[in-house]
Amino acid sequence: MSGKKRSFASDAPPSETHERGDEPDRPMPNAAEAIDRLEIPFNALGVDPYGISKAQLRLALSVFEVFYRHYFSVRTRGISHVPSRGRAMLVGNHSGGIAIDAAMVVVSCLLEMDPPRLAQGMAEKFIARTPFFGAWTSRIGQLPGLPEHAERLLEDERLLLVFPEGARGTAKLFRERYSLVDFGTGFMRLALKTGTPIVPFTVLGGAEAFPTIANAFRLGRIFGIPYFPIVAYGVPLPIPARIEIEYGPAMLFSGTGNEDDDIVSAHVGKVKGAIAEMLGAAVARRRGYAPDSDASR
Amino acid sequence: VKVLVVGVSGAIARKLAQRLLGAGHEVVGIDRRPWTKAPLAFYELDVRKRAAEDVFRKTRPNVVVHMATVSALDLAGEERHAINLGGTRAVFEYSQEYGVQHCVFVGRHTFYGAGPDSPLFHREDEPPQELNRFPELADLVAADLFAATALWRSPELTTTVLRLCYTLGPSGAGTLARFLRGRRVPLVLGFDPLFQFMHEDDVVVGLALTIERRLRGVFNVAGPQPLPLSNIVREAGRQPVRLPEFVMAGMLGRFGLPKLPVGALTHLKYPVVIDARSFANATGFVHAHDEIAAIRDFRRAFP
Repeated sequence: MSGKKRSFASDAPPSETHERGDEPDRPMPNAAEAIDRLEIPFNALGVDPYGISKAQLRLALSVFEVFYRHYFSVRTRGISHVPSRGRAMLVGNHSGGIAIDAAMVVVSCLLEMDPPRLAQGMAEKFIARTPFFGAWTSRIGQLPGLPEHAERLLEDERLLLVFPEGARGTAKLFRERYSLVDFGTGFMRLALKTGTPIVPFTVLGGAEAFPTIANAFRLGRIFGIPYFPIVAYGVPLPIPARIEIEYGPAMLFSGTGNEDDDIVSAHVGKVKGAIAEMLGAAVARRRGYAPDSDASR
Repeated sequence: VKVLVVGVSGAIARKLAQRLLGAGHEVVGIDRRPWTKAPLAFYELDVRKRAAEDVFRKTRPNVVVHMATVSALDLAGEERHAINLGGTRAVFEYSQEYGVQHCVFVGRHTFYGAGPDSPLFHREDEPPQELNRFPELADLVAADLFAATALWRSPELTTTVLRLCYTLGPSGAGTLARFLRGRRVPLVLGFDPLFQFMHEDDVVVGLALTIERRLRGVFNVAGPQPLPLSNIVREAGRQPVRLPEFVMAGMLGRFGLPKLPVGALTHLKYPVVIDARSFANATGFVHAHDEIAAIRDFRRAFP
């Protein structure tokens, strides 16, 4: 593990993509500082109109920050592709049993962007009915995944985080980790309707951090969740694999959102293609630096 | 303009009547609850009774504001059902019969229902949802929908259906205010829904604007942003008591808790938040008190 990390740090050729606004030496703010600089209309109690709580956000993201920096040692490329203001949709691949990738993307937009932004994901619907978890995800800006929420957030010029693969994405097994399952088309219709630029991104390492060998769908049903991920080492906790996030150039499609399915599907295909291409390059890069990383697990 | 307020003895209705009087309107009031020393022509009777029709016949109001619906917190079962449906029916029948020009139905934002799959910021074109979780809300939902049918049944009558969010303020009236009256406020463990409310004085301004602008259609009425219920409880100086849902369900009607149907608990688990932009656009309404001021005024009156 440590050997692999070292080789990554020392042997990495200069990247052709943007790194942290092309200012690699600027000290990264910590999560609490970044949250104070968020351009979100918090009221005097630190609550925004969607019920996002500044205090809860600070708490959660300070914990995620430790994971981001030290546990998964996340490396983010191309952050300058994410617009610093205005509506935008981050669209990427999903993997790794539990949504670690979503959490790390949220942290990357908070810590690497200047000004920082809060990426707001669309939480799986079962979460809203789960005690504690549902209230907590809402308080940190990850609202239940309803089309109404997505549209409203975009109209409000927020940054939306979308995984078009949905729960089928996190349900990918370890051996399927670099594949993409079917993309939904809802995100594209919404992007067309609201004139929102799509920033494709890839997350690599989500499956290494949470290598699912099987999913217990029946067990999940008992708990009211889509599936229960099972890992080889038993305890369903993430292991400290290296995670890489890469944002690609924004894609803007023009239309109304009421186009025929084949037109929308073609647009979706372009986004999926961009993500697949970035994913392929990132996998090659990762294998190049650490050739035995796959065989070792 | 001559305005008839049905349900005039309620705290907000009284304030509205006084504001309309102050603006030089003639105001008449009906309520089965007394209002001693009412500063207007007041008739203590039930709007469903024949005598109420006489009031319409004799006074010939130009505008009728219907504020005589009740929630599950006020009354249980049959009677609530009869008041909400029978009363609304009577108000619209008499309005059509006696040449009323503008009829305002003052409804509630709980129309939209609370549930895990219902979105924040409901718009007026959304149907009611989650009635299966809280069937006791059906009479209010039906009254709202019935009132809206006047829009096509009686095009000559200008009809406004308002869906108001909760209110807070010094009078302590309204569902949310009554929920917050006690020292300790029960919350459902593990849930913390957004609650949307506005200052009662802002509600009065909104109602007066509705009358002035002779608004037509269905409108959500809200002011400042919503807040998580736990924040409201804390800001109101109350002590939150978090109880598991099944414990709370068993406690309803006991230990000082109001006797509520179990379905009411969904409104303590999931939010009902409305989008009131079209009301603001149509009337120019802007709230004067933000959410924190509304809680503060309530807390001052009920420390």
